[in-house]
Amino acid sequence: MKRIRVLLFFFCLSPLLVYAGGAEVALDRAPIQTTDISSLQRGARTFVNYCLTCHSANFMRYNRLRDLGLSKAQIKDNLIFTGQKPGDLMTVAMKEKEAKQWFGVTPPDLSVIARSRGADWLYTYLRQFYRDDSTATGWNNLLFDKAAMPHVLYQLQGEQLLRIEKVDDGHGGKHDVKKLELSKPGTLTKIEYDMYVADLVNYLVYLGEPAAARRVQLGIVVMLFLFGMLGLTYALKHDFWRDVH
Amino acid sequence: MKDIDKKNEMSGRRRFLITATSVAGGIASAAWATPFILSMMPSERAKAAGAPVEVDISKLEPGMLLLVEWRGKVVWVLSRTPEMLASLTKLDSKLTDPNSEKDQQPEYAQNPTRSIRPEILVTTGVCTHLGCSPVFRKEIAPADLGPDWLGGFFCPCHGSKFDLAGRVYKNVPAPTNLLVPPHTYLSENVLLIGLDSKEEA
Amino acid sequence: MGKRLISFVAWIDKRFPLTSNWKAHLTEYYAPKNFNFWYYFGSLAMLVMVNQLLTGIFLTMNYKPDAGMAFASVEYIMRDVDFGWLIRYMHSTGASMFFVVVYLHMFRGMMYGSYRKPRELLWLIGSMIFFVLMMLAFTGYILPWGQMSYWGAMVIISMIEAIPVIGEPLSQLILGDFTLSDAALNRFFAYHVVTLPVLLVTLVVVHVIALHEVGSNNPDGIEIKENRDPETNIPVDGIPFHPYYTVKDIFGVVVFLILFCGILFFAPEMGGYFLEYNNFIPANTLQTPDHIAPVWYFTPYYSMLRAATVNFLWIDAKLWGIVLMGGSVAIICLLPWLDRSPVKSIRYKGPYFKTALTLFVISVFVLGWLGTKTPTPLYTMLAQIFTVVYFAFFLLMPWYSKIDKCKQEPKRVS
Repeated sequence: MKRIRVLLFFFCLSPLLVYAGGAEVALDRAPIQTTDISSLQRGARTFVNYCLTCHSANFMRYNRLRDLGLSKAQIKDNLIFTGQKPGDLMTVAMKEKEAKQWFGVTPPDLSVIARSRGADWLYTYLRQFYRDDSTATGWNNLLFDKAAMPHVLYQLQGEQLLRIEKVDDGHGGKHDVKKLELSKPGTLTKIEYDMYVADLVNYLVYLGEPAAARRVQLGIVVMLFLFGMLGLTYALKHDFWRDVH
Repeated sequence: MKDIDKKNEMSGRRRFLITATSVAGGIASAAWATPFILSMMPSERAKAAGAPVEVDISKLEPGMLLLVEWRGKVVWVLSRTPEMLASLTKLDSKLTDPNSEKDQQPEYAQNPTRSIRPEILVTTGVCTHLGCSPVFRKEIAPADLGPDWLGGFFCPCHGSKFDLAGRVYKNVPAPTNLLVPPHTYLSENVLLIGLDSKEEA
Repeated sequence: MGKRLISFVAWIDKRFPLTSNWKAHLTEYYAPKNFNFWYYFGSLAMLVMVNQLLTGIFLTMNYKPDAGMAFASVEYIMRDVDFGWLIRYMHSTGASMFFVVVYLHMFRGMMYGSYRKPRELLWLIGSMIFFVLMMLAFTGYILPWGQMSYWGAMVIISMIEAIPVIGEPLSQLILGDFTLSDAALNRFFAYHVVTLPVLLVTLVVVHVIALHEVGSNNPDGIEIKENRDPETNIPVDGIPFHPYYTVKDIFGVVVFLILFCGILFFAPEMGGYFLEYNNFIPANTLQTPDHIAPVWYFTPYYSMLRAATVNFLWIDAKLWGIVLMGGSVAIICLLPWLDRSPVKSIRYKGPYFKTALTLFVISVFVLGWLGTKTPTPLYTMLAQIFTVVYFAFFLLMPWYSKIDKCKQEPKRVS
């Protein structure tokens, strides 16, 4: 019996074999702090200036930006360029049919993009554009190959080029390592651009779930109350159950 | 379970614990129910749809009636001619509430013309009887309305009549004058319906 | 005040069996006194059920079951409805927690032999509740009409189509269309909101009635009704459900709520397992996501579905997969008749049963984990091995439960 048990134990470890598999795509960690209001405000400004021309955010109302400490007047004066009212949703004028003609695909709505792609993916994506004359827009992206989106922020980041190096893989062969190099600098340094994108990604995370901060706040209150009730109900239970053995 | 039955009188501690737990449980239940009840209040979408409406009145000519929608209701913007304004004083004896004493208008519309600017009437186009939308009848003395008709609004549903300031005639089903919504002028040519002043909502 | 209450209750009692039921099912219903951790999950399942019903009603106030409006209506609830986000998260967290609680509840039954005579019918009713729960989960997951909603459902629909002869017309009947579309969404909404909840509540009531008829099992697997006090006729190892188990269950509820609210308020997505990332993309009928996985609670069965890769006899692999998947759930019903052990509870069973149950648990976890992965030859082989282990637990039970070396059951509970 003991031998069978030992055999069975090792047999059950077999699933660990799966870790002999390959690696996944490496994403840079987005250095965002969702409680940083000024970062969110900067991100909101970037969003309405650069993104909202092509991408809609159909589930978000302008006046929700009051969450970020902005007044209705500030929202109206600085963040609405389309003549919409603060109570309106962030829709765009570009029609789906036209978008498909111009880009081949409709620019996706960004309301919940941070919930499907994740902050790290967005942060990496927005920093990995490079010039590529073989595409329609002249741009390509290391994370999302043949993305139909041009590098909207190129004036800020500058232009990158793709360089492929052949590196020894330790088994007698070579494999390709892809690297991006800045060929033409933009108006921001690398660190400034990374922070700029981080602010935008921070805003996109907020955009995905505006109630997040409220959720955490309420959660703390609820948990404190529940721990209080835990002590109380345990005492009550114990008082009755002392009679039973 | 004889030893359990013996505990017929509840110990003070047990009574306290039951009370405390019940009170805490009651608070928890009320707190838990609150978001559910609140979720039934008008949502942001409903509030946005009910937002104030801006109207461009630069093209509004005397005698012209403009129809605007606010909060799902009909609102009329009528530019009254001098003759129309003059007719208002002649009708007092025929009206139920000629001095607008009932609370059917903001205080800045509690005047003989029921408006901020004398020429421009802003009123909801909803009959105060049962909610139909009356018809604008600016002709003087048409056949169906009689020789005393000096212009106004006639409701086809049950025959209520209102004058060119939205005041209700006597002896008709409607009890009160037409409701004047909160409104203000943002500039010479822009009327805002839904707010009393330029304040932020 | 007390007197008024007493006479009010007396008035009711002449017209409705209030006090008699209060006694029969609460204050004079005797449950074994040795219930442990595993016995919390029945009442917790009821709590989660009530949560789903109430939050579901409020979601229905704002959700639109139309393929063009469903996704937007969920975001509307999350953003524009006051506390809509809270109600939505309560419902999504509750859905996953329902399965956590029910799986643990079922496992208790497997450990302590709660399916044995005279509780076979109780176990069958419970199995039916489990099936209804799975259908509720399936119809509910489609409603947000995200990529996972759509494509996950497509996988199941294609399974139905694979049934020989009746498959295609059956799937058209179920869908109301030639493919998954608005017609199916609307009727699945009707099933999810009306048909299945009514069925579930009815079955739960029947389940409790069946339980109270025979009385609860306990961790020692002995029947407390066989040992009664000669004077009072009350089982010596029994205690009245109220106040002992009401008070204990209230404590259990608070512990559960701490876990539930911890998830709800601080990690409602649970790393993409409770709310899948791909479901935040609106359904695109022309583009399948790279990686379709069902929600975590269906992954073990999904693994078994995919494990069938070989055509066998005249039945092709796809159909075998469906048979295995359906069989893996249906076989649960047979437990009362597969277990031939002289004792009920694992505490007194021998090493064979203990090993078998351990292997069963491991296979469920491994199959579940494999169900979240894209299939590779290695993963498929593992899935096949552990599918065999899963079925062996049941199919070999009549043999190993009989030859197992069991211990003597005690007369009194410990």
